[in-house]
Amino acid sequence: MADATGHLDGNCLAGPLSEILSVEPTTAWWRCPECARSGPLAGLHVYGPEPGLTARCPGCAYIALRLVREGEHIWLTVGGGTGAFRFRTA
Amino acid sequence: MARAAQLGRLTVAIAWRRARLVERRPQTATARSLVLTVPGWPGHLPGQHVDVRLTADDGYQAVRSYSLAAPADADRIELGVQTVPDGEVSPYLADDLPLGADVEVRGPLGNWFVWRTEQTEPVLLVAGGSGVVPLAAMVRAHRRAQSRSPFHLLYSVRTPDEIWYRDHLADGDPRLDVRIVYTRQAPPGSTRAPGRIAPADLEEPTARLEPTSPVYVCGPTGFVEAVGNLLTDMGRDPATIRTERFG
Repeated sequence: MADATGHLDGNCLAGPLSEILSVEPTTAWWRCPECARSGPLAGLHVYGPEPGLTARCPGCAYIALRLVREGEHIWLTVGGGTGAFRFRTA
Repeated sequence: MARAAQLGRLTVAIAWRRARLVERRPQTATARSLVLTVPGWPGHLPGQHVDVRLTADDGYQAVRSYSLAAPADADRIELGVQTVPDGEVSPYLADDLPLGADVEVRGPLGNWFVWRTEQTEPVLLVAGGSGVVPLAAMVRAHRRAQSRSPFHLLYSVRTPDEIWYRDHLADGDPRLDVRIVYTRQAPPGSTRAPGRIAPADLEEPTARLEPTSPVYVCGPTGFVEAVGNLLTDMGRDPATIRTERFG
């Protein structure tokens, strides 16, 4: 787990998300349900390293999404819950 | 059939492509420009990046992101690689991958941290170290398009030996204002004492911006955080500040 100064930003999700989305994701607008801050996916703070990436609200650290690669699958969790989508990528 | 064709096109857009290393140029003692040819490359916007995938003989794969350092040029792309000490991928790419060898690339990626030639406002670019790579693509695209949008580049390096793209940044273009900030050791005759970017370094370039002017900040995470905080403290609208962090 990266420390507080070691996060990347949502730009780094462009490649991994391109495997499951057909629309360029970094310009997607997002609003935090916790603190109501809004901005582009590119502005989220991303903690790694791969194969598990967690994108958090830059304001309150609420979990926006988690992306985990496992073999031929990508697991996508939206928000901080435990439900997840599993995409087959190969 | 039409649906299949469309799905096929979308698939191609994100596919891993074979990329051949055709040229390697030193930028600093530890930084390299790598030129690769990528058959079928669709073109890209300045500021975008690619993922590079290396596969070892035993099948182990490593993926890293690298910024595109030059504007689109048919099937040639240029990457900037900074060697990370003890890194798994960067020392290999920087010095060991033979000319003529193939890797895989995926891209272009990211539509947020980009500058488009249609943009007309004055622009401020702030680079920390190797963070200059995607900003160099913007500078070169700006020049190629003969854009009338004034560009200001504030470039923070530790010492004069660590400046990338020297030739591109010092060609006398009146629409490009480049200032180098030295954090450890300044060249002889410098009036500014070595030190990190401070409000005084940002005052003049930000004074020439319009309220809606974009500011692009790229560098290590701590650098990006510090510069972003300085800019918002000076009253810049956070929505105009676009950042790209390296680990």
